[in-house]
Amino acid sequence: MQSGFPLFPESASTMAGQVDALYVFLVAMSAFFSLLIAASVVYCAIRYRRRSPDEVGGSFHASMLLEVTWTIIPLGIVLFLFFWGARVFFLQVQPPPDALELTATGKQWMWRFQHPDGQREINTLHVPTGQPIRIEMISEDVLHSLYVPVFRTKMDVVPGRYTTLWFEATKPGTYHLFCAEYCGTEHSGMVGWVEVMTPEDYQHWLAGGAAADKPPAEAGADLFASIGCNTCHVDAGGGRAPSLRGVFGRQVQLANGQTVVADASYLRRSILEPPAQLVAGYQPIMPTYKGQISEENLFKLIAYIKSLSDGGAATPAPAADPAAAAGADAPAATTGAAAPAAGTQGGAG
Amino acid sequence: MSAVAARTLRPNYLNAAYGVKSWLLTKDHKRIALLYLASVTLFFVVGGVFAGLIRLELLTPEGDLVSSDTYNRLFTMHGVVMIFFFLIPAIPAVLGNFLLPLMLGAKDLAFPKINLLSWYVYMVAGTLGTLALVQGGADTGWTFYPPFSTRFSNSPVTLVALAGFVAGFSSILTALNFIVTVHRMRAPGLSWFRLPLFVWSLYATSVIIMLATPILAITLVMLMLERSLHLGIFDPTLGGDPVLFQHLFWFYSHPAVYIMILPSMGIISELIAAFSRKRVFGYSFVAFSSMAIAVLGFLVWGHHLFVSSQTAFTGTVFSVITMLVAVPSAIKVFNWTATLYRGSVSWQTPMLYVMGFLGLFTIGGLTGVFLATMGFDIHVHDTYFVVAHFHYIMVGGTLMGYLGGLHYWWPKITGRMYPEFWGKISALLVFVGFNLTFFPQFILGYLGMPRRYHAYTPEFQVLNVLSTAGATVLGVGYLLPMVYLVWSMRYGKKAGANPFGAVGLEWETSSPPPTFNFDHPPVVDHEAYDYRRGEDKKVAA
Amino acid sequence: MSAEMHAHGAALAADSHGHHASGVLQHQFDSLEQQRDASTLGMWAFVAQEAMFFGGLFTAYIVYRFLYPDAYHIGSHQLNVVLGGINTAVLISSSLTMALAVWSAQTGRRRQLTAWLTTTLLLGFAFLVIKYFEYREKFAHHLVPGLHFSLPAAGAEEGHVQLFFSLYFAMTGMHAIHMIIGAGILMVYIPMAARGKFTPEYSHPVELFGLYWHFVDIVWIFLFPLLYLLGRY
Repeated sequence: MQSGFPLFPESASTMAGQVDALYVFLVAMSAFFSLLIAASVVYCAIRYRRRSPDEVGGSFHASMLLEVTWTIIPLGIVLFLFFWGARVFFLQVQPPPDALELTATGKQWMWRFQHPDGQREINTLHVPTGQPIRIEMISEDVLHSLYVPVFRTKMDVVPGRYTTLWFEATKPGTYHLFCAEYCGTEHSGMVGWVEVMTPEDYQHWLAGGAAADKPPAEAGADLFASIGCNTCHVDAGGGRAPSLRGVFGRQVQLANGQTVVADASYLRRSILEPPAQLVAGYQPIMPTYKGQISEENLFKLIAYIKSLSDGGAATPAPAADPAAAAGADAPAATTGAAAPAAGTQGGAG
Repeated sequence: MSAVAARTLRPNYLNAAYGVKSWLLTKDHKRIALLYLASVTLFFVVGGVFAGLIRLELLTPEGDLVSSDTYNRLFTMHGVVMIFFFLIPAIPAVLGNFLLPLMLGAKDLAFPKINLLSWYVYMVAGTLGTLALVQGGADTGWTFYPPFSTRFSNSPVTLVALAGFVAGFSSILTALNFIVTVHRMRAPGLSWFRLPLFVWSLYATSVIIMLATPILAITLVMLMLERSLHLGIFDPTLGGDPVLFQHLFWFYSHPAVYIMILPSMGIISELIAAFSRKRVFGYSFVAFSSMAIAVLGFLVWGHHLFVSSQTAFTGTVFSVITMLVAVPSAIKVFNWTATLYRGSVSWQTPMLYVMGFLGLFTIGGLTGVFLATMGFDIHVHDTYFVVAHFHYIMVGGTLMGYLGGLHYWWPKITGRMYPEFWGKISALLVFVGFNLTFFPQFILGYLGMPRRYHAYTPEFQVLNVLSTAGATVLGVGYLLPMVYLVWSMRYGKKAGANPFGAVGLEWETSSPPPTFNFDHPPVVDHEAYDYRRGEDKKVAA
Repeated sequence: MSAEMHAHGAALAADSHGHHASGVLQHQFDSLEQQRDASTLGMWAFVAQEAMFFGGLFTAYIVYRFLYPDAYHIGSHQLNVVLGGINTAVLISSSLTMALAVWSAQTGRRRQLTAWLTTTLLLGFAFLVIKYFEYREKFAHHLVPGLHFSLPAAGAEEGHVQLFFSLYFAMTGMHAIHMIIGAGILMVYIPMAARGKFTPEYSHPVELFGLYWHFVDIVWIFLFPLLYLLGRY
């Protein structure tokens, strides 16, 4: 918690230092040129102050050398900044592959988070240090934006499509979380806290009875059966619809000849608008589930389908007991406990 | 005394006819400029009152002055009124309307009746906007992003969008007039590269207006249709794309900021030449920079969308072009500064505004480079850093230029001098007040204070209090000219044709000018700002 | 189309070397030639601005066509390509009659000018009447977005087909508004033409209006294939 009169934000992520470095350079460069201009203006205004009412100025009013100089130098500086800034940007928007996968939904005027083990949080987000965290987000109504100043990261949360934000926290503490895209009456109330904890404390918190559903992949397995997806999407193949085992992250050939990667956005769209990206070799018989599945449940279904690529157990064919099949081995596939405990970099301070 | 009497009885555009009808049905570009002056000042006051209320609310972290809904309407309507009803029209429609024919040696603009029509269209837009204010005003932000604006807002969004739509047509009519006038009505001998740089800037601005404003118009039409008929163009539940709106909106609104700053840059060129009695350094570079800004300005809109879910690759394209568009502005600042070197520099009020502009616009422009740096923008997008940046340009840039120009050409417009002492005081108050208001906001932004926040976390309070204190000083700095300029119309010192000893066609006719501008149509045989022309000029060392 | 434009341009050129006798010279201009040049440039600038206006709609059209090609296919098929085709022929003819009107004005043929302007107006009315019937058909088939839009045959694509129709009505509606404005101007010009107001020295207003009318025609030339043909074949 910050009190008093801060002039510079705390840094609590691996990327914060990089953004601050950009800031320092930009401030120094700007201070230099601002002072240069200000000093020149003041100097000339004093040195060449008009001494008599009819006096006119001298004749120096063109110099190709000066023009070229003060074109090339600024051009060089801004292009340098472009490359540096773009590099930092790409690092900020490309999560590392071993990231812990959380989901978030924004709605007027609150944030809901879910951890891979099933813990649900509202407006507060507990995360461990030393572990990259990737948050897949969507809005349930209007545009929002998830912003954590001490991580120096932000991403809009859009209705109708997934966006992603990632960070790796470095310093335990309690930090602000803001909505940064105007969203209506209580926009300034759509704020919360990020509780950064050491990995040990995070494990305690996970185990400590925080409000939790089943892990999303397990809940997704239940939904997969209860909605009836498994009647067509037979795990072993040969059904009316393609098997979803191993599909996540793979290239898929579509009926219209295009090839796409089956990521979360593709899966979401296929559930809500099945004919839009029909897989080659199949008939467009899948009904649309638009309006029937909440964004939360979509996340769970997608987590389940993802688990099928991580070696998770499938839901069996209908009429079998889904609870027994989604057994103890499912959670192991969904990261969860293993990674944070193993993380030793970062830590406190 | 009889010479004075002869001057005061001499017919000019102000005493050519009396009565309300002679003003409301005038075709004289100078009278139309004054009609605009009254209207834009009125809207400036309205927008300023909203700003005052915003800053008052932000004195404390809690939202305790007004309700959240009211606050949201305040910042929305502050933006709408200031941008569409003040910043975009002010310089072109007041100073541009008055001066363009004079600077070209023409009797009027190409289409005087269209000029008058543009003012009436503007007043219709203003009426619609006022009607919307009476109904509480919109609460969507001046950016109108859907789905909030189309499906969730309970405010007169359609009416405000309609007001913006109509205001756009007013500026299109003005721009059309200017383009044709510059092309076809220059005095004999006045080639393009002898034109005053203010004319170049108005021309570049007019090109942007013609090409960009229609995009805003059609985007607002789509928004209004979407809101009233639920068409689904931007509605994700119907397959529409809310980010498409952002692209369409910013495709206009980014060039719009160049519409707002280019005319002010033109004024700075005029003032710096007049108050150093020297040709503007690097004339052709300044002229070409205006055109380069106009062209490049159309290609950078995506820098408002770096965190919108736009792809990183797309972002890099916009980032690099944004970096490029910074360069012509830098070139101008260097050229203006160099104009002072070995000039004969006067410290009269307009020059104080120029000096303020040079400092503030430089900071504003440089912080634009901050925002164009993608890795940096992620952190400060939608924070007070952005608010500070654009106020440095709009207020520290456009408004300083406008005030400087208003003072400089005041004797030409009214035949009276403004009071120099009060002019200097106001310029100083504006400069100090402005920095105190907006510099803390850079710090607030980097700390993470988001914009459009009615209530904020307590650690931001001290900087907010500083900002509000500055706003009070700034407000006084703006009120003073409103008082003394009106006072001067009756009691100010009478001005001759060329009270500042400046070079330019507008100074070769009386103050105020006759209705048809020149007793004898001028012929031009020299470069712009030719202060060394003629014998025995005392030259600065 | 380009033949008419060339004739138009040639007529302008011939005129500018010609007489300055009796047109109405407005006070801000030094010569009739300057006045004519100024108003021509003004009309071209206005047309460029109008092109940008329609450009926003075309952009939205293109974006959604890429995203939802199937919906466009379905939507296009709902449109009446026969009526649309007839309207295209009507508009192209009206551009021809408008060019003939301009020629008549420049060569001082008062009766022909009146006749060609009237024919242009009648063709414009025909366009609007046919458009009315097309719109009425859409209304009857519940294809007007926001007014109980319903197309069960589209299945899951119904929402996107509504998007297509939103753009259809926005684009053709904007175009129709421009036609109506043009018709209004014609209704002012025809009595003036009949009274002999337009002479070879003062044919400029007719030329400028011709420019506007041709522009509105060209917008339709783009709209028709994009909306009626492209999705369908």
